[in-house]
Amino acid sequence: MFDNKNFWVYIETREDGSAKNGGLELLGQARVMADQVNEEVIALIVGKNVDKAIEQVKKSGATSAITITGDLYAEYNTDVYTNAIVQTVNEYQPNVILISATSQGRDLGPRMSSRLHTGLTADCTALAFDVEKKEVQWTRPAFGGNLMATIICAEHRPQMGTVRPGVFEKQEYEISPNFEVITKDIDFPQEKILSRIVEVIVDEDAGYVDLEGAEIIVSGGRGIGKPENFKLIEELAEVLGGTVGSSRAAVDAGWISHAHQVGQTGKTVGPKVYIACGISGQIQHLAGMSGSDVIIAINKDENAPIFRVADYGIVGDLLTIVPKLTERIKKKKKM
Amino acid sequence: MNILVCVKQVPDTTEIKIDPVKKTLIRTGVPSILNTYDAYALEQALQLKDKDPDNVKIVVASMGPQQAESILRDCLAVGAESAYLITDRKFGGSDTYATSYILSQSVAKIVEQEGSFDMIFCGKQAIDGDTAQVGPQLGEHLGLHQITYAINISLNEEKNKALITRELDEGKVVVEAQLPVLVTFTKTDDLRFASIKNKMKSKRAEIKEINYDDLAGIDDTKIGLNGSPTRVVKSFTPDVKTDGIIIREDNPDEAFEKFAAELEKVKLY
Ligand SMILES: Cc1cc2nc3c(=O)[nH]c(=O)nc-3n(C[C@H](O)[C@H](O)[C@H](O)COP(=O)(O)OP(=O)(O)OC[C@H]3O[C@@H](n4cnc5c(N)ncnc54)[C@H](O)[C@@H]3O)c2cc1C
Ligand SMILES: Nc1ncnc2c1ncn2[C@@H]1O[C@H](COP(=O)(O)O)[C@@H](O)[C@H]1O
Repeated sequence: MFDNKNFWVYIETREDGSAKNGGLELLGQARVMADQVNEEVIALIVGKNVDKAIEQVKKSGATSAITITGDLYAEYNTDVYTNAIVQTVNEYQPNVILISATSQGRDLGPRMSSRLHTGLTADCTALAFDVEKKEVQWTRPAFGGNLMATIICAEHRPQMGTVRPGVFEKQEYEISPNFEVITKDIDFPQEKILSRIVEVIVDEDAGYVDLEGAEIIVSGGRGIGKPENFKLIEELAEVLGGTVGSSRAAVDAGWISHAHQVGQTGKTVGPKVYIACGISGQIQHLAGMSGSDVIIAINKDENAPIFRVADYGIVGDLLTIVPKLTERIKKKKKM
Repeated sequence: MNILVCVKQVPDTTEIKIDPVKKTLIRTGVPSILNTYDAYALEQALQLKDKDPDNVKIVVASMGPQQAESILRDCLAVGAESAYLITDRKFGGSDTYATSYILSQSVAKIVEQEGSFDMIFCGKQAIDGDTAQVGPQLGEHLGLHQITYAINISLNEEKNKALITRELDEGKVVVEAQLPVLVTFTKTDDLRFASIKNKMKSKRAEIKEINYDDLAGIDDTKIGLNGSPTRVVKSFTPDVKTDGIIIREDNPDEAFEKFAAELEKVKLY
């Protein structure tokens, strides 16, 4: 029915030209689907300079790359990026486009899909593939995570979805012998750029909190009781080499900055280990961390919903348990 | 300065529970509310109006069934001037592409009454669908540029540009955006409450209705269930873990030892 071919993954880049994890994770998942129908996985990389990203996508499952580069692309701008990408998509007619559901991906995705007059499934947490119809089955949470829905886009191409970072793990692949890089040079009239960044506000306490990339996250919630107690969370995170996260209640109380917030209105994370201390586990918090490999909960209320998603848990007072755990680990690691 | 705020009525998802046996959503008794993020968007519009009450006009619009009238009245009660309900059986079953298309067609209609808009505000996402797509897609259909994840907005002297703070994964940035612009808001300042008097007044206020027949030239292939590129083929409740190892002991030291032993097994340390 459609001639559209190949799986594209949008690769978001950093200022230094390297790829963000979200896109790299999706290359592996795209490869799993593409291999079933002998199609290619193409990394679509946009940025001022993308040299590092090219090296990364080669080893993460891409069979080729298309790059759109130049000074014009130094700062992400919705219109500039949408224009270039849509033009490229129209030229090559891919069957599927995967985008990591970062703040950039979720700004860009709906704009692209509307311009391409196709469907977009938001913030997916599972993907399946119908080989016969070459159709992706996109699964995503709705109603704040209370319900899961599987969605298809049967009559429009390309099929598009944004996928939660951390849901899939980055995979290592041998570099494809036919790997090639196609470079696109696409201009955009300056006068049509209608917005620009005038200030970057640096988070006073942490600067840049990389929760999305963290392997271990120790999070504190309202149960911490007071801001000084966040030190206990920080110390545990430190001995584990992890990053500090939090619930919204702790952010709203002013105990920690929003950059640390995990959940529906904060970050979506997928670490190897997530330790929730004094967090009840409301659905909006779970929406951001239920994709973690191992969930550990410390809470004094045995009925707290967090225990329903926890792999390991202890009912008790975090103010004694957390420091004890920190000490135990220090001793074991001979720190 | 004309501002349109797009609002949606949603079930209060913080009140939804799952029936543990039937594995379905228990929706009875769950109140319908103004989508949280739309309330923030409206609040930002109201703050612009507070600063310049004579020149700022706020219009609200919602697509939904007849009951959605109640959230439009809530918006009028806190200070919106006029409200439109976009409703028709033909619009039912629309996905975000179709919804944003119908909204864009309706905006053209509303402009005939209210004059053109300098800004269109949306919530970041609706808390029922959580897609965060309708705002940007509406912008695309209207040919307006977009600024997403806003937490506050102010205007320059000449009132032709907005300064908008955005909250992104990497932190906050301030952007300068030319008007007209479409802005989607995430959690911002605290919300205001309506006075009893204004609440009463809003009960009698007129809600203007827009139906399919009012939208001359609307493309039937882009609306409703049939005009939606995406289709839900299955829905189910997420699995609840039942095999978690949860330590409960009366003696805290014993509890801790057991807990520590489990964590050692998973090689946490
Ligand atoms: C639209 C919307 C979006 C939202 N987005 C988010 C989001 O992104 N992220 C988020 O986290 N929330 C979000 N929320 C809020 C969410 O609903 C909860 O209110 C919030 O997650 C609760 O935080 P908490 O678990 O820290 O606090 P509480 O629910 O108050 O839980 C505190 C817990 O600590 C335990 N405790 C207390 N003292 C101790 C102690 N000494 N030792 C051990 N345990 C103790 C208590 O038993 C309790 O379970 C959102 C809500 C809405 C409506
Ligand atoms: N039916 C609707 N009527 C009016 N505005 C809507 C409707 N659906 C979505 N919106 C707007 O689009 C935003 C994002 O919604 P969504 O893409 O569904 O998460 C909402 O916060 C509203 O501002």
